[in-house]
Order: sequence, then C-alpha cells, then structure tokens
Amino acid sequence: MDKEARENSGPEGTVEGNEDLSSIEDPQDRRLFIYPFVVTFIIMFGVWVVLSGKFDAFHLSLGLISCAIVAYLSSDLLFSSPRIKGFLPQLARFARYIPWLMLQIIKANLHVTYLVFHPRMMELIDPRIIKFRSKLQSDLALVTFANSITLTPGTITVDVSIDGDFKVHAIDKASGDPLPGAMEANIAKAFGEV
Amino acid sequence: MDIAVCLLLFAGLFFFTGGAVGILRFPDFYSRLHPAGKLDTLGLLLSLIGLALFNLHHFSLGTLLTSAKIILIVVFVFLASPTATHAIVDAGVRAGLTPWTKGEKRR
Amino acid sequence: MDNVFLYSGLYLAFLMLLSLYRPLFGPTVVDRMIGVNAIGSKTTVLLILIGLIFHRVEMFVDIALAYAMLNFLAVLAASRYFQKRKGLYDEAM
Repeated sequence: MDKEARENSGPEGTVEGNEDLSSIEDPQDRRLFIYPFVVTFIIMFGVWVVLSGKFDAFHLSLGLISCAIVAYLSSDLLFSSPRIKGFLPQLARFARYIPWLMLQIIKANLHVTYLVFHPRMMELIDPRIIKFRSKLQSDLALVTFANSITLTPGTITVDVSIDGDFKVHAIDKASGDPLPGAMEANIAKAFGEV
Repeated sequence: MDIAVCLLLFAGLFFFTGGAVGILRFPDFYSRLHPAGKLDTLGLLLSLIGLALFNLHHFSLGTLLTSAKIILIVVFVFLASPTATHAIVDAGVRAGLTPWTKGEKRR
Repeated sequence: MDNVFLYSGLYLAFLMLLSLYRPLFGPTVVDRMIGVNAIGSKTTVLLILIGLIFHRVEMFVDIALAYAMLNFLAVLAASRYFQKRKGLYDEAM
C-alpha cells in the first residue's frame, strides 16, 4: 500500500532509494539492511495470522515461508533508505503523531460538514490553489505530509515534487491558511528532522 | 455498551450523509472531492469501530479475530483513500480541468 | 439491536442511491469516478452490517476486506487509464 502512495507522489523516489542501497558497501553498515527485512516480515506475519485465524503448525509454517519470500522480494520498497538507525524510537514518535492527526481530521471534518449542509454554501466556499515549499527531507516524510493534507478535509494535495514543492487545493480561506505551519512541524518532529 | 455502539454508528452515518449530499451540491470536480474522499473515510472509521465493538459482546478468540479484521479494513482504507483521491485529482489535472472559482456558473 | 442494523443498512442503501446520481449524470469522467469511489466505501460498511444481521460476520468481513481492496484498485486503474485520453473530456466542457 505504501508502495503505491510513494509511486504516486514521486516516481523518482524509489530510484533514488535503490541507488542509496547499492552505493553503500561499508561492511559495518551492512547489518542495517536486515532491519527493513525484519520489519516487513513482522508486519506481513501479523497480517497473515489475523487473516488466516488458524494456529496449527501447518498454517503457521505456510505463513512463515510465504512471508519470508515476499519480505525478501519487497523489503526495499517499504523502507527505501538504509539509514534507519533508531527504528523503535522513530516508531514511538510516529505513534505520538497519530492522535494529533485524528483530532485535526475530526475538527476539519466538522467544518466541511457545516459547509455541506449550509443553505448558502455557494457564497461561503472560495476554492483556491496554494503553492508552498516544504522543508521536509525524506521521501517517507513527504508522503506522510501529502497524505495527511489530503486526509484533513478542506485541503487536497494536487501535486508533490521530490524536492518538496506542494500544490494544494483548499476549499475556503480558513482551511487553507494554516498550511504548512503546525502540521509540517509535527511531521518533522515525528521523523526526527527538526 | 450498546449506547456507545449506536452513537458511533449514527455518527458514522451522519458523516456518510454529509459525503453524499456534498457530492451532489458542490459546484465542480475539485471541490466535490473534498466530501467524497474524506467525509466518507471518517464515516467508515466511526461506524466500523462501532461495529467492531458490538462484535466483541460475546468475547472469544473468534470474535476477537473478526474485530481485528474489521480494524484491518479501517487501517487499509486510511492508507488507500488519500492515494485514491490523489490519483483522481491527478487524472483531472492532466486532463486540463480548471478549478472553479467564486462567481462562476456551477458545472 | 438487529433492527438498528437493519434500518442503518437501509439508510446506507438510500445514500448509495443518492450518490448514484454522479456516476449516471456527472458532467466529466472524473466526476463519475468520484461517485463510484463513494459508493464503494459505503458498500464496505453495508457488507459488515449484512453480516451482523445474518449472524455470519466472520464470513462477511473477508468479503468486505476484499471489496475495499478491489474498490481501491479499480479507482487507481481507472484514473491511470483515463489520464491519457484527453478527447474524452471534450464533450463535457
């Protein structure tokens, strides 16, 4: 799923990641490559257990084998850059970002619902396209930023370039003004790019 | 417990209503995407969490697995819905549709 | 509780009929795609409601999951397909 999002926002992203992977030949950096594989494998196996719902040896070993094959083939798609050192702290920071995002989503949803049911809706809305440049660096942070903008109602990401040039369609002035602002700061915090 | 389930379900249905009405009322394709892509996502989140809670009434491993699957649907939709919205917007932009601005006739 | 689910399902079906206006009469192709996407996300909830009404959730939840994925793939494929055909939009504008 993440792969699809990445392809949409910038096809150059995966290519750059692959270059990174092949250019590093330092033997002590090699052990970092195991991280994407293990993380992908754990996610896949969790999904397998939930979906199959059987806990006998046959189904579990079947899952182990197929998850290992798929994780080996596609682990570099999910985490393209090998610079994932503190993965667990990163995950904890990201988990702290989710509740804030949920709060924003609910607030903004109520705003759009108010617009939808307003009898004089045509005078209230004022669609516009906003352009700005984001300071975020990594692909994953940019994809998260673009998806968060799209999930917050009132704003849709129209275009993202790999350098962080955003084009955002906002439905009225109030929902477009706070960008990039607080959301970008929070994502920068979540990905450790302060 | 039942009250919480009903509350979540009805909140989800309320947002679904907003999405359906918004698709009909908004003036152009770009602004129609706002209710379609996102009010629906939040409505799906709320109503599916309510249904997952209801499913846990008779607690056992089977119902727990079913609820986990329902939560899996929610996670999947939250990853996929912005991507689908982005794909539709991209198709519109490349076809050369211009955004509606204030004062024009609705299309 | 069964009655609540039944009437919620009926209401969802009514909302789907309402959104069916866009796929049928939407001025451009992308409008039709928006309508199809909205109907698909309502169908996901409706499938689980049907499962709860018939007391077979464990079966219908798999169908709902597959339907959600299929809906996403359909929208993605359709938007990629129509991107390259500018002529399609001329009749609409």
